[in-house]
Amino acid sequence: MPNKIANKQAICDVLMEAATTDKDVCVLCSDSRGSASLTPFFDKYPEQAIEVGIAEQDLVGIAAGLASCGKKPFAASPASFLTTRSYEQAKVDCAYSDTNVKLIGISGGISYGALGMSHHSAQDIAAMSAIPNMRVYLPSDRFQTAKLIRALLKDEKPAYVRVGRNAVEDIYTEDSCPFEMDKATWLKEGTDIAIVATGELVRPALDAAALLEAKGISATVLDMYCVKPLDEEAVVKAATNAKAVLTVEEHSPYGGLGARVAQTVASSCPRLVENLSLPDAPVVTGTSKEVFSYYGLDAEGIAASAEKLLGKAAK
Amino acid sequence: MEIDKLESLRWDLRQDCVDIIMAGGGGHIGGDMSVIDALMVLYENHLRITPETVDDPDRDRFVLSKGHAMEAYYAVLCHEGFLDLDDVKARFSKFKSPYIGHPNNKLCGIEMNSGSLGHGLPVAVGMALAAKMDGRNYRTYVFMGDGELAEGSVWEGAMSGGNFELDNLCALVDRNRLQISGSTEDVMKQDSQEERWAAFGWNVLSVPGNDIRALDAAFSLAEETKGKPTVIIANTTKGFGSPVMENKASWHHHLPNTEEYAQITADFAAHKEECHA
Repeated sequence: MPNKIANKQAICDVLMEAATTDKDVCVLCSDSRGSASLTPFFDKYPEQAIEVGIAEQDLVGIAAGLASCGKKPFAASPASFLTTRSYEQAKVDCAYSDTNVKLIGISGGISYGALGMSHHSAQDIAAMSAIPNMRVYLPSDRFQTAKLIRALLKDEKPAYVRVGRNAVEDIYTEDSCPFEMDKATWLKEGTDIAIVATGELVRPALDAAALLEAKGISATVLDMYCVKPLDEEAVVKAATNAKAVLTVEEHSPYGGLGARVAQTVASSCPRLVENLSLPDAPVVTGTSKEVFSYYGLDAEGIAASAEKLLGKAAK
Repeated sequence: MEIDKLESLRWDLRQDCVDIIMAGGGGHIGGDMSVIDALMVLYENHLRITPETVDDPDRDRFVLSKGHAMEAYYAVLCHEGFLDLDDVKARFSKFKSPYIGHPNNKLCGIEMNSGSLGHGLPVAVGMALAAKMDGRNYRTYVFMGDGELAEGSVWEGAMSGGNFELDNLCALVDRNRLQISGSTEDVMKQDSQEERWAAFGWNVLSVPGNDIRALDAAFSLAEETKGKPTVIIANTTKGFGSPVMENKASWHHHLPNTEEYAQITADFAAHKEECHA
């Protein structure tokens, strides 16, 4: 039975659970409560829900003001707008002022496939990572998303979380979801190639490892939900044990996971590193599945790139 | 503090402000001089916060959205006991100093960082909303410049402040009619401020902005207003206090030379003398 619960739904569930006992937990939306799956929160906790209308700068500024007064705001808006329209509020009001604002970028990456580049966020990892004191997380499935949000509820620092629009296939289970804050999850340990993936491309990366295994290629798969702070120790360990490193992300080739992993590997344990990402161009129109397949970001594409990279590494 | 004492104090604070600028080798002197009276009146007579209550959840909140008027803010914060004037003068703008040219919330009494314009009002809306959500009776104040009002985010904040009927929120616009490039009306028309804010659902009080008594009365009126936020349009004079710098756009960020400094200091002293005559 395929999973029908999107990661954003898992966020709403955890926030509703927390709001029951903690009146400081609040959510803010910019006419985005439906697309953020936060309507149940607005209905059940109207006193803890704030609608600002289509005004992302106001959304983040208000969240920062609330946080400075002890509230625990989660501001949710499409990642494409949240990380560009209100970028300066994220920088100044959240990160610089060090307010406890959790920015939830929904429908991230190319979730809004056919709506065009205005609605895509292929720059958000780079943009948000470049802000001092801003953390960047891309959980892979609903179980990990829930664990991440529970962890974020306990700290008082700003963070950006990106999730996609649609339900993705589970990686973990309710009972088995190892999670340590700011530590990558080791999904598989291998000796030929290290695949470091983030967000909703972790699942196809894991499936690619299975395809590779069938061909006798041993792969490590790291679920690097924490792009910033990057789990450098895990990256170095995975790279050291492999002949090459392949990164996989739903992002531009500039300044994302691939860039950070390459920096880390180059300075600590040089290996060939290749970055599988979206192109530095408006992406082709289609559903997420179609777009990922087109750019080689599905299991077959990732496996093919891994094989090719290993060939290069052997020369 | 009584009005006649504030009439005298304003010149001491201006002198402190100019001395901070001279010590640091730069500052936004024009806007400092226009807004310092409002800062003084707010901190002396209305804002419920002391150095001992900076962490009290019921303290009033203040955000200096026109963060470049920091030297005026330093002068007031020092006078109110939050910071030490000698320390500020010794280290303002110096290597590794916490006393930078815009608000730094690592310093005692400063709630939020600012600098980039157009940020303060949405933040203040959030603070005022938090008070309503928590049933606390503290008030939130935010000061903006008039050139700043060209930022769209100001009007997003104005929209939400009106929408949420935040009568615990008071904004002040330092309407000195000058910005770096010249007259605000030549750069980007700002009139009529009164009509614009009223259209966004705000209670509008337009007052002579370097008139201590008028400012004091306006803050009191804002406190009494129910059902909507208040904006005080403080019609000020940029560089107020000395003809050397009054109404001169070039003094937005100008470091007085020795002669100018001497004249400004003499003008402040003469004004103070008039208060005691």
